[in-house]
Order: sequence, then structure tokens, then C-alpha cells
Amino acid sequence: MLDNLSDRFEGIVKRIQGLHKLTEENISESMREVRMALLEADVNVGVVKKFIADVKQQAVGVETMRGVNPGHQVVKIVHDELVKTLGGQTEKINFAERGPTVILMTGLQGSGKTTTTAKLARNLSSQGYRPMLVSVDIYRPAALEQLKVLGQQLDVPVFDSTVDMDPIDICRQALDALKQTGCNVLVVDTAGRLHIDDNMMDELARIRQTVNPTEILFVADSMTGQDAVTAAREFNERIGMTGVVLTKLDGDTRGGAALSIKQVTGAPIKFMGVGEKINQLEVFHPERIAGRILGMGDVLSLVEKAQENIDQKKAESQARKMFSASFDLNDFLEQMRMIKKMGPLDQLVKMIPGMGSALKGVEMDPYELTRTEAIICSMTPKERSTPGIINSSRKRRIAEGSGTETMEVNRLLKNFLKSKKMMKKMGKMKKGKESSLLDQLGMG
Amino acid sequence: MIVGLFDNPLDIADEPATDNPEDGKTGFFRRLVQGLSSTRKNLNDGFSRLIGSHTKLDDDFMDELEEVLFSSDIGVDITMRIVNDLRRDVKKNLLKDTSEVIGFIESELVSIVRGAKVEPVDATVETKPYVILVIGVNGAGKTTTIGKIASRFTARGESVLLAAADTFRAAAIDQLATWAQRSGSDLVSHKNGSDPSAVVFDALKAARARGCDVLIADTAGRLHSKVNLMEELKKVKRIISRELPGAPHETLLVLDATTGQNAVSQARIFDEAIGVTGIALTKLDGTAKGGVVLNIMETLKIPVKLVGVGERIEDLRPFVPEDFVHAIFSDAFDSETDYHPSDKRPSN
Repeated sequence: MLDNLSDRFEGIVKRIQGLHKLTEENISESMREVRMALLEADVNVGVVKKFIADVKQQAVGVETMRGVNPGHQVVKIVHDELVKTLGGQTEKINFAERGPTVILMTGLQGSGKTTTTAKLARNLSSQGYRPMLVSVDIYRPAALEQLKVLGQQLDVPVFDSTVDMDPIDICRQALDALKQTGCNVLVVDTAGRLHIDDNMMDELARIRQTVNPTEILFVADSMTGQDAVTAAREFNERIGMTGVVLTKLDGDTRGGAALSIKQVTGAPIKFMGVGEKINQLEVFHPERIAGRILGMGDVLSLVEKAQENIDQKKAESQARKMFSASFDLNDFLEQMRMIKKMGPLDQLVKMIPGMGSALKGVEMDPYELTRTEAIICSMTPKERSTPGIINSSRKRRIAEGSGTETMEVNRLLKNFLKSKKMMKKMGKMKKGKESSLLDQLGMG
Repeated sequence: MIVGLFDNPLDIADEPATDNPEDGKTGFFRRLVQGLSSTRKNLNDGFSRLIGSHTKLDDDFMDELEEVLFSSDIGVDITMRIVNDLRRDVKKNLLKDTSEVIGFIESELVSIVRGAKVEPVDATVETKPYVILVIGVNGAGKTTTIGKIASRFTARGESVLLAAADTFRAAAIDQLATWAQRSGSDLVSHKNGSDPSAVVFDALKAARARGCDVLIADTAGRLHSKVNLMEELKKVKRIISRELPGAPHETLLVLDATTGQNAVSQARIFDEAIGVTGIALTKLDGTAKGGVVLNIMETLKIPVKLVGVGERIEDLRPFVPEDFVHAIFSDAFDSETDYHPSDKRPSN
């Protein structure tokens, strides 16, 4: 996520940090680089202009403090300005103080409204709300069906709208149905529309009037170019927006839209979509994103992911075991499954400071964990607890059972032994466990 | 063949009336300008304002020009090159007035487009079925584009079979089924979650058994950075080529015109994975100019073949380089300017 932008920035940051004396000239030179990096990342030209002007003004005013590298101070200014441009603080969903909450989803075609609607419903359910979904997209073929299927998967009620109904009528009936079902949040998925399509924008304004939303979320594709601000501004002016959801951030987008939209509309980015799975919607933290962009990692998010997905007690006992001699392939498997639950490995690793660039170009095979899992599962309980007994005939059987090659079984065993040795050593030294986790995955 | 299909004037004759019956003009450029400049008055008046507010080609002008160029998504490289070339020519006194600038830039951009390897699409492919594989990231407009292409073929009397190889997104199959019905095409689909290669395999078999003229395969939207999903796509292509040597005859990458520089990455990685023979640029009826395709044409030499300028079937049009470049700067022209590019259209 945002890798390309951080790649660019890491180099610039290093150069700026290396500056021992700030002159107007080297500040200008650095800012030119920052400007190009931002423009290449599709940040809106107007936003870039303001950003550079703000940073430059502060950077020129930096006094040389004893013991503090002036370059570091400039990097801090860039960081703080990035945080500000991204929205400052983390913003949550607004809920109605009394009565049901209505969330209206808006956006251009193909930005990811329906998928986000489903992800949001899951998020709401997990917080204890009782969401109901309704689609008023009577235009795109099978759009209504899509939401219904997703609702079924989530076990969340979806209002039964049909293409022969009028969107306004659908809204009215859905509001009535909401009261009957006992749900307390209605999420309204709308048809994608162009911001310059007057008829469709009028329709959206009427939908808005009918449902009187507590929250209007503008769903924007993070790969959008310079036009992101045009669309966002029009939606904001004609319909209004209380928040933005940035989608498809799991690709290699530099995500310039993230920096542009908040600046132009004033509406905070509340969520980001980071994958195709229904749980891959995350709260948008400006500070952490700025850190990632500048290649500073995002340990906070990593820790949170761990807390969310890992049973604390289990993890502790695992950690104790890891450093002891009794650590076997069963524990290894257990640990791997915990990590797998946290999300795609390549996304996790990039949250570790410095790892993003260290692993640049290393392609992570998302099936690696799955294959390793298959190999261990093809072993007998005895083989798992005493890997020493695995001879070549056993290896062949394991490879066949797991659909892999004996070479892969060998590699797994070798890595396991190597990391076990290493952990024993580390257990003695009582050092942190992060690096050893990576070792186990054959990435140390 | 796709280009040929859209060039056929007979296709146009069969089309339903436009929603602007009084002007009667349905030319590609007309629609493009209508799309690209629909909000020219307040949103994209960069060029006209620039030209209007400057008479001298000084640094001030160049800085502003740079910004206007950036805002069309043509990217840092091309923008910087144009501005540098312009500076050079101004220094040499080849250009003196701001009014000459548009012509200068247009010719630079057109030369980029002309440089793309526009392989003459073999309109005489005798093989039946003619196979089109449609790929792209999520939400680019693949299924809609397929619906429009299919409608063109069936309107011309050719039989079309659609393969619903997007087995991932909820209700994607239903969406394609609706288009199959609308366009009068056949549909081969499996259950949700099944192997897309298997769908394509069955579709090829069915197309041959039924003697279909054209087979169009829809695929699930996928971000090009997802290794496993790209592997899945390679397999789909492999199966097609194995079952019908020479196919797919067209691998069409669908790109959303609102996409920024990431489109270059999309095109490059999809091309590396399975080879892209052409681009369909969708959603040009908004305010985005799709300038990034110039970048793609220059660096990857992949031609744009189709552009989508609206939701109607006839709004999917052949790509005409001059018109496209012209439309990027359309705001610099009087909106009443009548521009008839038809003499420049490719004749194949």
C-alpha cells in the first residue's frame, strides 16, 4: 500500500536528513523533489502547490538548534504537513443521537460502493449495531442482486428492492422496514453516477432528502488521477459529504487522491479498503498513513492487528514455548495460523519500520503460508512433535500428501531447525520476538 | 476486427435516435467534446484562461502551463518534456505568441499517439470463434464494455457467446447474463466461486459446437499487484491458447479514464502477464481527460482501440488519435467550433 510513494519519499527523506545546513537553495531543491514525488503520485496540482508553499515557509524559518540536525527538522515539517493534509486526526462514523442512523453511500461508477457497503455492514455488526442494507441502484444490471448476495453472506438483512421500483419509493419503504426489523442502522447503496450528470445528481439529492442521512460517505477509488478533486468537489457541493472511503489501496497505487480529497472537500477520510475480503476495511489514521508514506512504518497498526486477531493468552504461551526446547512443528503451525489471520503477509511486513524498502522487489507469494500449512498437516502427530524422525521416505509421503515437492519439505524443515536454534539463543538473550517470527517464515 | 466493427458506417445507421435529435451529430469527437468539456465553464478552463491571461511566453506562463498539463493526467515525464521543448523553441524564436502554444503541444502529443504500435487488427480472421479476452482492475467497466461490444456484433448479424469467467464478485454472472439477454448473445456460466479457466474452457467448446462467430470472455476485476490473481489470469489465457491456437485474438485491457498514473502500472503488469493487444478507455464522459493513456502509448506502445463516452451502446467508439488529443484541449476552443475529423479516421 502506497509503496511507490514511500519508495520515492524514503530517498528524499534520507537526502534531507543529511542536510547539515539549510540554505534557501537546498530547501528549494528538496521541495522540487517532494513536488515531483507528489505529482507522480497523482496528488492534485493545486494541493501540491499549497503543500510545498506551506512546508517551504516553515522550513526556511527553521533555526539551527544545538544537537538537532536541521534536516530532521525539515522531515518533521513534511511529516506534520502530510498528517494535516490527510486530515489530522482519526475520524469515526457519526451515529444519530436518537432514532436510527442512516448512512448514504455515494460515488462515481466503479469506485467500490457496493463492496464497501457490505464491508461497512460487517464493521457495524462487529461493533454491536444492527445494520440493514438497501440498494437503490436500479440501473446497473444485477446491482441489487449483488448487495443481496453480500447481505446473505454476512447474515445482514437487505431490503428487497426491485428494478421496477422508484429509488425514492425504495428509500421510504426501507425506512419503514427498518423500524419493523428492529435494526438501528440503514446503509443506502446508490447507483454510481457522474458528478456532471444533472439528472442523476438531482436524483441523489432527492434520495438524500428522503432518507435524511446522519452520514454521507463518498466512496473514491484511490487510483484516481487529477480528476479526483473535481468529482469530490461536485459531490460535496451538490449532495454534501461527511466522510470519505478510499478504496483499492491494496494495489500499488501511490494514492494521491488521499491527499487531495480531504484538502478540497474538508471531509475527513474515515475508512480505507485494503482487500477483496469482506473484513478488509480499515479505519483511516492520517498519522499512521503519513508515517507509511515517509517509510517510517506503522507499528501501531501492526500491534492492533495482532490484538484484534490473536488470542492474548495463547500468544503468550506460544511466545514462552518459542524460546524453549519443546517448540515443535505443532507450535509452528499454530503460530503461522495466527499470523495468517492478521492479514496478507506483504501488508504486515511493510508496517515494520524499514522493512518496506528492505524487502523491495522481494515478491511474497501469498500461497507460501498455505503450502507450509499443507506440508505440516500432511505429517503424522509424531512427525510434528519429533521432526528428527522424518527420513526421505517420510518426506516423499509428506510431499505427495501436501501436493508439494520433497525439496519444499526439506526447506521447511531446514528453516524450522535454523529458527529453532536461533530462538534458543535469543531466549537466552531475552530479546524481542519480532525478528524471530520473521526468521521462522524463512525471511530472516 | 474490433476497430473494423466500429468503423462500419452501417452500424451507425442501425442505431437508435440520439438524445439530441435536434443537432443530429453523433460524431465521435462531438460526443467526446460533450463528455470532456461538459463542465468546461467552471471546471476545466485551465487552457483558455492561461492563453487568455498571458500574452508573453515567459516563466510565469511556463509554470502555469506545467500545472495545466499536469491536471490532464499526462504525467510528469511528458509534461516536463513538452515544457522543456517549448522553452527551447521559444529561445530559438520559433514560437512567439501564446496562441501558438496549443498547436505546438497538440502536435507533440499526436506524435506520441502515432508512435504506438497500432498493429493493424486482422479484420480477415477466418477462425471461428473470434476470441476477445477482457481484463482490468476492479470497477474499470469490463462487463459494461463487453455488453456494448456484444451488442455491436449481434446488430451486425454475428452470433456472440459470452463467457462469465468472473466467478468471484457477487452477482457478476447475473450482470453479464442481463447483457447477454439485451444483446441477444449466448451465455456460458458456472457457479459462483468456480474456476474461471473451466468456464472459458466450456465456453470455447460451446462456441465451436454452436458455430459462434465471436466469443467474449469476462474476467473478475483484479488489482495487477496481486500475484495469485495474475496467475489465475495467466491460466485462463493458457487454456484459451491451448484449446484454440492463435486465440485470444484480442486481449482488451479496460481502463477507467479517471485513473491517474497508476494506469501505467496496470497496463505494464497486465501486458507482462498475458500480453495486451489493445485498451478500451472508459468513462471519458466525465471531466477526466484520460491523459495517462498517452503515457502508456509512449512507454508501452499499446494502442488504445476503443473509448467509452457515455452509457449508451453507441457511446463506445473507435479511438481517433487527433480527436482524442484535441479533446484534451477542447476547452481552449470556442464551444461552437465545428471540427470534423472524419477524414482522418483510420480506413481499415
